[in-house]
Amino acid sequence: MHKDTIAQMRQNLKSGAYSSVELCETFLQRIESSNPALNAFISVMGESAMDQARAADKRLASGDNAALLGVPIAHKDIFCTEGVRTSCGSRMLENFAPPYNATVVSKLDAAGVVCLGKTNMDEFAMGSSNENSYFGPVANPWNTAHVPGGSSGGSAAAVAARLVPGCTGTDTGGSIRQPAAFCGITGIKPTYGRVSRYGMIAFASSLDQAGPMATSAEDCALMLDAMAGFDERDSTSIDEPVDDYSVGLDKPLDGLKIGLPKQYFTQDLAAPIAASLQAAIAEYEKLGVTFVDIELKNQHLAVPAYYVVAPAECSSNLSRFDGVRYGYRCEDPVDLEDLYKRSRGEGFGREVKRRILIGTYALSAGYYDAYYIKAQKIRNLISQDFTDAFKEVDMILGPTTPTPAFSLGEKTSDPVAMYLNDIYTIPANLAGLPGISLPCGTIDGLPVGLQLVGNYFSEQRLLNAAHRFQQATDWHRQVPADFA
Amino acid sequence: MQWETVIGLEIHAQLATRSKIFSASSTQFGAEVNSQANAVDLGMPGVLPVLNIEAVHMAIKFALATNAEIGKRSVFARKNYFYPDLPKGYQISQMALPIVGQGTVEVTLDDGVVKTVGLTRAHLEEDAGKSVHDLFHGQTGVDLNRAGTPLLEIVSEPDMRSAREAVAYARKIHSIVRYIDICDGNMQEGSFRCDANVSVRPVGTETLGTRAEIKNVNSFRFLERAINFEVERQIDVLESGGTVVQETRLYDADNDETRSMRSKEEANDYRYFPDPDLLPVVVEDSLIEELSQSMPELPEARCGRFVSEFQLSEYDAGVLTADRATADYFESVLATSGASAKLVSSWIGGELFSRLNKDGLELPESPVTADRFSGLMSRIHDNTISGKIAKQILDHMWGSDADVDAIIDREGLRQISDSSEIEKMIDDVIEANPSQLAEYRQGKEKLLAYFVGQVMKASRGKANPGQLNEMLREKLKG
Repeated sequence: MHKDTIAQMRQNLKSGAYSSVELCETFLQRIESSNPALNAFISVMGESAMDQARAADKRLASGDNAALLGVPIAHKDIFCTEGVRTSCGSRMLENFAPPYNATVVSKLDAAGVVCLGKTNMDEFAMGSSNENSYFGPVANPWNTAHVPGGSSGGSAAAVAARLVPGCTGTDTGGSIRQPAAFCGITGIKPTYGRVSRYGMIAFASSLDQAGPMATSAEDCALMLDAMAGFDERDSTSIDEPVDDYSVGLDKPLDGLKIGLPKQYFTQDLAAPIAASLQAAIAEYEKLGVTFVDIELKNQHLAVPAYYVVAPAECSSNLSRFDGVRYGYRCEDPVDLEDLYKRSRGEGFGREVKRRILIGTYALSAGYYDAYYIKAQKIRNLISQDFTDAFKEVDMILGPTTPTPAFSLGEKTSDPVAMYLNDIYTIPANLAGLPGISLPCGTIDGLPVGLQLVGNYFSEQRLLNAAHRFQQATDWHRQVPADFA
Repeated sequence: MQWETVIGLEIHAQLATRSKIFSASSTQFGAEVNSQANAVDLGMPGVLPVLNIEAVHMAIKFALATNAEIGKRSVFARKNYFYPDLPKGYQISQMALPIVGQGTVEVTLDDGVVKTVGLTRAHLEEDAGKSVHDLFHGQTGVDLNRAGTPLLEIVSEPDMRSAREAVAYARKIHSIVRYIDICDGNMQEGSFRCDANVSVRPVGTETLGTRAEIKNVNSFRFLERAINFEVERQIDVLESGGTVVQETRLYDADNDETRSMRSKEEANDYRYFPDPDLLPVVVEDSLIEELSQSMPELPEARCGRFVSEFQLSEYDAGVLTADRATADYFESVLATSGASAKLVSSWIGGELFSRLNKDGLELPESPVTADRFSGLMSRIHDNTISGKIAKQILDHMWGSDADVDAIIDREGLRQISDSSEIEKMIDDVIEANPSQLAEYRQGKEKLLAYFVGQVMKASRGKANPGQLNEMLREKLKG
């Protein structure tokens, strides 16, 4: 039953083929046996999960129709869960239990899910390998010497190893799509504002977006149905009707026009990845899709602009972690300045401190125009490139990452090499566009991800395109041998 | 050398919204420590600000009252600095694009001269919390009840040339914000705070001198004293060959002096940038139109109307319209009492104000409401009581909830206008004073006053004075 999709679980729970208690017990056992090797979970909520499962079974028996009733999931440890430790992968919040739920958590609760635990992540979502977690790195289930990607590395590894059928993730520069690609699962970053950010601990507010990670596009659609929507507590969430994502997944792709950016298919892209993509393109052509070459001429500016905007916002967003009201506080501060310096110095990890420093610098008097303002201008140029492209095509296809998952420790000493991992995912965040990553091959036993980026609010069409591909292929059904 | 003083004010007016500017917490003053701070006010992880649109409406009303530009698209920005009473590590304010742009206010000075003071801008921001130093030994507490209270920071041009001008301007802004009902103006509770930028320069020069910013001034009186002290201090520094340092200085009312708080070198780089959690505020013309319809009559217009409609002097009209509560009180009493504007005006400006001053009360706190005061005015107007008795009655009303008629009856203070009753008292007095009567009849007419006094005494002050005079003259003729 652990290899069932969420779609299958819904049916089986309804038909009584198995109960939510049986399902959750199975997954909790799998977590117990596999998490020591993967470190995908920071907190496992066995007891409350079983309570929720029993309650769900009662409701199922009474004919309750809640969309995801009894389906187990897990939350990235960036989403506030009332009364449950929410660490954000940081020593700073090692013992922090918020008195409120994130809107995403409340909405999934309302849909009837059972929460099995909180997944590991790069500290404050800053990282592309999950090596920046205070709770230790996460291993890639396909090869435990490799990273799962980041920052939602715990979520991706947990889903890939079938420790849970679906997880929430967040994506500021690729943090859903890149680990989804590295772990061979499906993950979608919705349009900025489609999912509420309330209760999701902020990294870079203008880029952060929550989304689902699961084994298939169909399961992502089912989760996104529950997660998406306007929230009056998030001023940047968008008050537009939400599509029914699980409807229309089977729609034929005849006539769909997909753009291939010249800037994505260069010699920088690993040859085997390019080959996997060519095979996927051929598959899509069989499904009636036509491809055209397009230009995204400011693509090369995306990473530099991102590494100004995101640190600038994070330097301010993380100021609240000062040791005064909650979170880590240093021992015996001698005065206020000492309290600030040591609480933050000891509570934050290296990468977080690096980005706070970069961001503080970029916003400083005399540098603001040269960095922050210029980065915002680049952001507009990149958005404009996409706007122009979507006059020609319905969506854009490319790689999710330049290479498959790299080895643990391989890039930890070279931040720029690490940052360049997100070269294909960052542009969608800068423009606020939705993007989905789905598996389209393997290289030396490690998955390859394909990315589709669509116009604003085109999540339904992206999920439809991904689902049709998954009906024609079985990359998404492959399970890492050690976790089958 | 002759020096010229240059003053600009930054006024923080706390907006009278029920809830905070970015959260649903109450803004009520004086609640138990930290009882009005929710997750947003505490700067908990993941929570987000949501703009209270009432604060925007109030800022627009201020713009309408000061002929100021309205920022059709204003942007909230983060002002970053660390302090324990600033929970997020940044204050949400406005920088490059404020909600209110340039405007003007007309200020009438003591000598009657009207001076126009320019407004540079006014922007919305959230207040910080308070550090509490005296609650725990050796430790500082933080009270976040005030954190997130909406403020309108009103920045003037450096147009004032003396402390008195600065105070006149501050009073004018105080009057405006209360008129348009966006701020309760309570300076003791910190709802209306003035910071003064003060500099001096040789008379005849154009360039501004180095300024000091004076903070911590919580009354108009202190504002005037603080500025005067600071001007003297700066002149002393300059005349002894020194230079004025750009710095923030705190006013110490106990010692009547300003003291250095921090200099510019130590000042923070606030690293302002647009707050990505909040959308730009776009003000539609229809909203401006709607709010202009709801604007009350402003002080100048009301003063002019009091002169033309009620034939009051400029001075009386000015006193009555200096704040909205007084003007409203006056108009309410006038409309319901039937008494003349002159009578009501002199009673409010005289008897009412002197009692309020004595008890240290503001008009809205008056124990005698406009309704009850109106009752008193009608009884003077319809001759039920004399002005003298009315003063006694007002004293009674001050200490009880009883209305004027109940007091008149209870104390037996109704004016006696019954001719036979007055006649009887006159007869008794004449009979008891035969020698005075004889003297009067021999031509000593000054004794009329004596007789009036005796009858008044007999009536315990209640005899209708006009009637008494007339009847007494007749009787004394014989």
